[in-house]
Amino acid sequence: MKKFSSLLHNLILTPSRNTKIKLLQDYFKILDINRSYALAILSDQLSFQFIKASKLRELVYKQVDQHLFDYSYDYVGDLAETISLIWPTKKEGKSQNLYTLIENIKKIKKSEINTEFSKILSEISNNERWTLIKICTGGLRIGVSERLVKTALADQYNKSVNEIEEIWHGLEFPYENLFKWLKNETSKPKIDFKKLFHPMMLANPIDEEKDFKRLNANEFQAEYKWDGIRVQLMVSSKSVSLYSRTGDNISSAFPEIIENTKGDAVIDGELLVGENFKPFGFNDLQQRLNRKKTSKDLQKKYPVFIRAYDILFYKGKDLRKLYLFERRKYLEKFQKENKTNQIDLSSIINFSTWKELTKYKNNLNDDLNEGVMIKLKKSEYLPGRKRGNWYKWKKNPKLVDAILMYAQRGHGKRSSYYSDFTFGVWKENELVPIGKAYSGYTDKELLVLDKFIRNNTINKFGPVREVKKEIILEVAFDDVFPSTRHKSGVAMRFPRIYRIRWDKPTNEVLSIEEFKKEFKIG
Amino acid sequence: MDFINHQLFIKDINVHIDPILPKKTAIITHGHADHARFGHDHVIATRQTIDIMKIRYGDKCAKKFTPLRYGQKYSIKNYDFTLYPAGHILGSAQVLIEKNNHRLVITGDYKVGKDETCKNFKLVKCDTLITEATFGLPIFQHPDPKDEIQKLIRSVKINNNNCHIVGAYALGKAQRVMNLLRQQKYNETIYIHGSLEKLCQYYSKEKINIGKFEKVSSKDKSFYEGKIIIAPPSALKDRWSRRFPNPIICMASGWMTVKQRAKQQGIELPLVISDHSDWNELLDTIKKSKAKNILITHGQEDALVYFCKKQNLVSKPLSIQGRSDEEIE
Repeated sequence: MKKFSSLLHNLILTPSRNTKIKLLQDYFKILDINRSYALAILSDQLSFQFIKASKLRELVYKQVDQHLFDYSYDYVGDLAETISLIWPTKKEGKSQNLYTLIENIKKIKKSEINTEFSKILSEISNNERWTLIKICTGGLRIGVSERLVKTALADQYNKSVNEIEEIWHGLEFPYENLFKWLKNETSKPKIDFKKLFHPMMLANPIDEEKDFKRLNANEFQAEYKWDGIRVQLMVSSKSVSLYSRTGDNISSAFPEIIENTKGDAVIDGELLVGENFKPFGFNDLQQRLNRKKTSKDLQKKYPVFIRAYDILFYKGKDLRKLYLFERRKYLEKFQKENKTNQIDLSSIINFSTWKELTKYKNNLNDDLNEGVMIKLKKSEYLPGRKRGNWYKWKKNPKLVDAILMYAQRGHGKRSSYYSDFTFGVWKENELVPIGKAYSGYTDKELLVLDKFIRNNTINKFGPVREVKKEIILEVAFDDVFPSTRHKSGVAMRFPRIYRIRWDKPTNEVLSIEEFKKEFKIG
Repeated sequence: MDFINHQLFIKDINVHIDPILPKKTAIITHGHADHARFGHDHVIATRQTIDIMKIRYGDKCAKKFTPLRYGQKYSIKNYDFTLYPAGHILGSAQVLIEKNNHRLVITGDYKVGKDETCKNFKLVKCDTLITEATFGLPIFQHPDPKDEIQKLIRSVKINNNNCHIVGAYALGKAQRVMNLLRQQKYNETIYIHGSLEKLCQYYSKEKINIGKFEKVSSKDKSFYEGKIIIAPPSALKDRWSRRFPNPIICMASGWMTVKQRAKQQGIELPLVISDHSDWNELLDTIKKSKAKNILITHGQEDALVYFCKKQNLVSKPLSIQGRSDEEIE
């Protein structure tokens, strides 16, 4: 465990990609079972059922005064790090390796978690504690992507990273077949591709200035960018399953799709809520997300369907090496053969110049799409975000000026800075908050805002600072919905700071009534 | 606590402690720039603090200087002032102010732990304690500086094609790092940024063991492979640091406790070496001082105020102007 935790410690502090790769490779030179655990952790495949953030808070409150912990957490901005630093250090016990430690934790009974897990935390070093808590809460956020880990492994053993990528989702802990193949002791692991989630092809944002000069419009096709969630649907005569873009099996949440689809294919598309293939909007879709089971009532109120735009396999045949326009023919064929109320096709927009496409992108009357996708007609289906094949071109965001009201310290790489901003608009002579944003600004703007907040705090509510109402933020957002949960009656989707309006006096900011009117909220 | 106000100002006799702006009479606890400023009429401090002020700001940085030995009493009207070692840096002092049997101690910046580069902290019992709180959160529990310095020595051994640039405040921390290296038998020449030279020379003159050092010069890049260079933190991101071969950026500071902070500042090898008291030392000092009235300044006041109140001590934060929370030397 000492070795692994010092690996994570070094990884988080190293800015250089090459050094990170070297650190990973040095670690993976170990030959025992610990490396399998390390790989599972680094690719976010290991978690403990009982030990989540809320449990950890409960445990730490038993060790230290709650207020002192809260002050500290506000300052540090990272739960794992705060707990690891504040946890009273007892005498360190015998050093355990990663494998033993994790297996011991897995064996803890739910009823004994409080005492047993606390005991473990007390007997390990600061850095090990940090590592262990990171493992428990998942998502290490140490600046190492799953892709980088694969790259390090591929490099170390002279394989291509795409080869690892292809079989990745078919591998299982402890990855023995992977390590053996890497060392050329066996052939490449055989994976049943029909049962396997295939990493999705992703798009890059288009650079309007550079790309449109460079790219030939005739070589591309466009589709609307639907505002749902990306899914992969796997159908065969034996089973139907649905995966999210990260490869999680989400079949049980969408029984109507599973029950009604037929055929033999792997389909890529967007899951939407709507009726007769007319989408309702993201707010409605949210009612169906993050659920393990779905009631009949919910299915009726928020019916889902898939808008398909690509096909990876058709009747066992791997189509991924074919070009997009060729795959499209298979997709149309599949859809014709297996008509259901659950699948329709994403239609193709005809255009001959980029300028012509702009109208489609900015189709402001239609809130159901977020812009357009631009895809190379001759693109193979490649996992990841390969440049030059698929682009997304988002609509211009909606913009509103609002007044900075409250600020809070950020987390992660923005910890210590006041970087979470709550802003509002007028309601008679008072301000009412309409949203909160923690991105969009430049590093320079963040420093200016941070300084302003420190020097202009008029009130403190725990970690929240109320500031003088002097700064106007132009806020960009994707959409806004009515909300009963917020005092203002509105909820924004993905608000971010677009710029600081130094030029504008605060009395020119809209009132909540004007805001609702402008963005058509009843 | 009725004779001193929130600016550490005794109106009665027109005396300030560590004032930011030029004043008539200023008692200076130590030579760091957020405490010792240019342009007072009369400076009262330890001899070493006065020397340091002269090195930094020139011989004429004040019109008149009164050096005090630790423990020597100095009176102005019915106020008695005595300086006691604060263990922060060379020459650093706490100020005991006595009036009509009330004893008030201003700790200035202090650390309780051992340090060969200055006189070690002396606990002074009092009725009112004005304590700093730079590391006033329970997450700050400083490790043994010897272990931290060993990390540096080990890294130098392993990465002998790199040079290690250690960010350390020019006054105090830099020399402490050098001294710690010597304690751990690192006997190579230590290379220093130009801005450290005069202060290092002064420490040597005061018989502080910082060993052999040399100003960085425009030598061949490869010369600095395997060497340790000490520079003020501001130089780490400067063009200055690019002249060195594959530098590993290190930083010696109590802030390095928090990984996320180290990461933000691009520090690859954080060394938790602090010249301030950590949480437990702050609590311990408060307890042992027997003071019933605790005022807290410089740093993370909230948690410490909360703690004192729980102990039934009268406590409030002093918000002293011109001091931001996190840029303290």
